[in-house]
Amino acid sequence: MKLALSMAGDTLDAAFDARFGRAPFFVLVDSESGEWTRLPNPALEADGGAGVRAAQFLAAQGAEVVVSGAYGPKAWTTLHAAGLRALLAPEGQNALIGRQLLDQFRAGTLREAEAASHDGHHGG
Amino acid sequence: MRVVVASGKGGTGKTTLATALAQVAAETQAVRVLDCDVEAPNAALFLHPQWSSGAEVTRPVPRVDAERCTACGRCAEVCQFNALAVVAGAVLVFDELCHGCGRCTWICPEQAIHEEPLTVGQIEAGRTLEGIDLAQGLLRIGQPMGLPVLRALKHWPPTTASASVSASPLPWIEIRDAPPGASCPVVETLRGADAVVLVTEPTAFGLHDLRQVVGIVQELGLPAWVVINRDGIGEAPIDAYCAEQGLPIALRLPLERRLAEALARGQSLPEAAPEYRPAIRHLLERLRYEVGGS
Amino acid sequence: MKEIVILSGKGGTGKTSVTAALAHQASLTQPGRWLLADADVDAANLALLLEARATVAEPFVSGAVAVIDRDACSDCGACETACRYEALAQIDGHWQVDPIACEGCGACLDRCPSGDLSLVAQTVGTCRRSETPYGPLQHAHLNPGQENSGKLVTAVKRRAQAEAEAGGCGGLLVDGPPGIGCPVIAAVSGASLALLVTEPTVSGREDLERALATVRHFGVPARICINKADLYPEGARAIEELGTALGVATIARLPFDLSMAEALAAGRPVTAHRPEAPVSLALAELWTTLEAHLAAEAGSA
Repeated sequence: MKLALSMAGDTLDAAFDARFGRAPFFVLVDSESGEWTRLPNPALEADGGAGVRAAQFLAAQGAEVVVSGAYGPKAWTTLHAAGLRALLAPEGQNALIGRQLLDQFRAGTLREAEAASHDGHHGG
Repeated sequence: MRVVVASGKGGTGKTTLATALAQVAAETQAVRVLDCDVEAPNAALFLHPQWSSGAEVTRPVPRVDAERCTACGRCAEVCQFNALAVVAGAVLVFDELCHGCGRCTWICPEQAIHEEPLTVGQIEAGRTLEGIDLAQGLLRIGQPMGLPVLRALKHWPPTTASASVSASPLPWIEIRDAPPGASCPVVETLRGADAVVLVTEPTAFGLHDLRQVVGIVQELGLPAWVVINRDGIGEAPIDAYCAEQGLPIALRLPLERRLAEALARGQSLPEAAPEYRPAIRHLLERLRYEVGGS
Repeated sequence: MKEIVILSGKGGTGKTSVTAALAHQASLTQPGRWLLADADVDAANLALLLEARATVAEPFVSGAVAVIDRDACSDCGACETACRYEALAQIDGHWQVDPIACEGCGACLDRCPSGDLSLVAQTVGTCRRSETPYGPLQHAHLNPGQENSGKLVTAVKRRAQAEAEAGGCGGLLVDGPPGIGCPVIAAVSGASLALLVTEPTVSGREDLERALATVRHFGVPARICINKADLYPEGARAIEELGTALGVATIARLPFDLSMAEALAAGRPVTAHRPEAPVSLALAELWTTLEAHLAAEAGSA
């Protein structure tokens, strides 16, 4: 399973970033082999619709599951339409790193985002 | 002649002055008022027009013909606003993000995209008892962009009544009540105008926001006059700033509880305080002589 | 983290004065727990009331505008046929882009036969952070004439949220923009509670109704604060009735008090400048009420 994590840094051992559209990096990791690659987020400079752009980008990169902290309505709709699962990192754990999230995914403890988890940020 | 009443800071008395100018001008001139504050139009509350016509304002948004679409992704690629996404063989369109530029429509190699109008607001127009033509734009709730409504308002064809405005033997004046702030909508309101009346208050806020608008007015090269409202409440050196910028101060309105109460009730300035009528008339005369035009 | 956004449909209702007073009250009841943000980037005034100092600014780059390569351009005018924003004009026979009208869509790039146009990002303002006696303030300045797309508002909020989270702050107090458009939507998104400051005037009521509809559209619970409530008691009652009809409680009625104007001139929150003034007492009470309502909203969510 190909997992995309929204990250503050560009390695699997870097800090997780709870923002989806505006995370500086994604780390794409194969949940079986643990093999990973860094992907700079192309939506970072978007004036609007960053979540849409990021979702589309990850779909094109072959991601099957996304792990982030929150999804706006347009990002969620795009992920959903693309057939990607949107998972939520546990709240209140600030210092999570990518590898911990991978472990939690393997353990099956990450919750599915049933719908947009915030109202979206206009202009963001 | 087209005059914009602007202020930078909200709540400085912009609408109060715009409607006062309109009412006093209407005694001798054909007057048309455009309420350009499409997020919070208030001029009608003071002018009490009889609405007689209106229109919906739309902007074009793309719609995709799924039969023709090959999901090539070209539309999403060119869209600078991320209003389109192509995933799993289909195109998603996000109307809120679309700026209606039309680029996706003509770039589509399959010609699978056409545009449909999306209603984003409306225009209402009418006439007051004293013969002032008023038109206002109203942005629909939840719509992010007021500019299309503002543009439509500026292009609003004069109603039957105001068709006489430009044909009238009397000199005519168009008064635009600007939105607050100093961003895009204010610039759009100022475009095509002949003169500006800047309403401010003598506070640090008033001065700070006045500077912002003056920057735009000077860039556009428009002649401007300043009206100081709530004169006497603060210490901010508005006078010094105006002198330094060469901005004439045309009128001062003091902070009086009596005036504040009357305006709160929806009375207009010339009704509430007829003693300011001559000063307002004088300002109109100056605009006419110094800006010229018809 | 809690987030209170202070709004007003109409400008000039005293929104910023109220925000400054609440910031002061928050710093008294929960020292070091609240962060401040000025989301009214178009008329950013909160810093003027909070004795802001040690301001750090960095340019804010946003959007793009079309730029013509003048050396290569043949002035064919094809670009103009593509533009829907009247951003291309011919001056002395040469086509030029009006950077204020240009929305950066890039349509002209498609039409230019010789590829002499490009989209160039532009600096539209600055993001700022200041220290104040009432907590750190995140604010910004939008250059005159720029489009307030809400992106700068979002940037200010994000910076404030990030700083609040990193510092373990309990809350964020946001001074919002007037109106109902994009900047307001950006400011309201994700807030725990919106406090709408209004005046008992005919226009205040009208604009409040539209602002409330916007806040509800985005699912944020709202409360009303009537400024200068005694100026026109019938007007104040009409506003309360409007609130009741829409299920929004009026939780403060501030008296018309010249101390407010004095504090403005002094550049301080009125509650710090004249703690005993009637309006200051009402504002202190408002903060206590807000704390209670925040807890209640958190409980019901």
